[in-house]
Amino acid sequence: MESNQPAIEVRELRKSYGDLEAVRGIEFCVQRGEIYGLLGPNGAGKTSTVEILEGYRQRSSGEVSVLGYDPTERPRELRARVGIVLQSSGIYAHATVAEVLRHFAHFYPHPRDVDEVIELTGLLEKRDVRTRTLSGGQRRRLDLALALVGDPELIFLDEPTTGFDPAARRGAWQTIRSLRDLGKTVLLTTHYLDEAQELADRVAIIKGGRILAEGSPSELGVGAGSRYRVAYANGDGEAKVIETDDPTTLLHALTGEALARGETLRSLSVTRPSLEDVYLELTADA
Amino acid sequence: MPSSAALLWRQYRFERRLFWRNRSAAFFNFLLPLIFLALFGAIVHGHQNELDVIVPGIAGMSVMSTTFTALAYNLTFLREQGVLKRIRGTPLPSGVYLAGLALNAVTNTAIQIGIVVVAGRLFFNLGWPPQPLALVVFVLVGVAAFALLGAALSHAIPSFDSAPAVINGVFVPVILISGVFFDVKHVPGFLRDIAQALPLEPLINGLTGGMVAHHGDIGHHLTALAVLGVWGLVAVVLAVRGFSWDARRG
Repeated sequence: MESNQPAIEVRELRKSYGDLEAVRGIEFCVQRGEIYGLLGPNGAGKTSTVEILEGYRQRSSGEVSVLGYDPTERPRELRARVGIVLQSSGIYAHATVAEVLRHFAHFYPHPRDVDEVIELTGLLEKRDVRTRTLSGGQRRRLDLALALVGDPELIFLDEPTTGFDPAARRGAWQTIRSLRDLGKTVLLTTHYLDEAQELADRVAIIKGGRILAEGSPSELGVGAGSRYRVAYANGDGEAKVIETDDPTTLLHALTGEALARGETLRSLSVTRPSLEDVYLELTADA
Repeated sequence: MPSSAALLWRQYRFERRLFWRNRSAAFFNFLLPLIFLALFGAIVHGHQNELDVIVPGIAGMSVMSTTFTALAYNLTFLREQGVLKRIRGTPLPSGVYLAGLALNAVTNTAIQIGIVVVAGRLFFNLGWPPQPLALVVFVLVGVAAFALLGAALSHAIPSFDSAPAVINGVFVPVILISGVFFDVKHVPGFLRDIAQALPLEPLINGLTGGMVAHHGDIGHHLTALAVLGVWGLVAVVLAVRGFSWDARRG
């Protein structure tokens, strides 16, 4: 296939479970080499969307293409080129880290070197211990190692750091960034804002089965629909906040009036909303 | 892409290696039929006609426990732990993976049947199996039917916590009425009818022919073989329908 074709294309995707419509017309594209984040609260439709792309679930309608394949048919060629890190999945408890990785490597036509993967995921010290003795964070790193051992072009990471302590999260982020350096495409789902901001080239904010906003984390902060916020205290010391699309004109008017009255605008600030503000505003319950 | 045959062989060896590594499970797997043989051998000591019932009975129980019980338990565990789902996302063909699990179980059946046959020869005056063909055919058909029934039962088990209760709830009554520990002749008529319609009694019937002298060759056990075969066919449908790679949700 053409290498400039997007790694993932999703059009008008819908998924219903009985009467419940979990995904309601989602559209997005993930370019090759990009880290794309699906950000949203629990129950937003992230996992349904990702599991359709991974081939675990059937879509109700819409079009989906993953590396040029329809994932519903689960072609083996596609599975050989994709790595999946699920939210939780067990593994052979009595095998060692290196044994499990070596075993999984045999499933793939062109696996990566097992020791290289162990090093990349920071499991060197745990190489020869049985998987059941690993901590939660180490298990998660093994999940990532198992997804990488087949040297996939595209990696699905479903909430990769849920339950991590801050240090372990930083470590995992470092590993995920190194995937970008390897030229991998990553589809990441998370309900952590800082994770999306830290890792993703582009983010889609998803809630109620719909994409509410899409763009790079910095674009989203100042992008369409988000406004400048001008705050100050007036002559009586009363705090005022005004939102505007045009801060220049607003400031000119405010400062002009204040000067005419001989007042100062104390505590004057102009802020642009952060990704967090946008996220909270978009995902707030009406 | 690696060939299915090579992958199956590798998967099988991996499962075997890990089976032996879980020492307590491996130990009980092989000690259990020996314990049963020793206990019942002591109880009915000197009564050859009763030994002739118990040895093939325990062979039948071994077939059921190594396939039906083990696979119902393992498949529930692997499903609920997310191992099945993880494997499903790799290029390992699903059929190869499941065949690896089944072959692992069948290897345990072969080892246990071997133990029972040798113990029958050494300690219970049964001699070597007089009808090896009947023995092999019944073990093969029995293994297939019970393995598939075990897979089918796992679909009905909602969580790993409930697995032992559900599996024993089936296993214990079936071995009690099917003549594992006593001649099925001594069972009340209606229970005997039920037992003969279930797969274990016909299996033991055929194994008796295979392992005990003067109980007829395979031609004398064709009805039993037919009942077992029908169970096998039903089990194919039940095992395939409702198979889930994903853990049951709340």
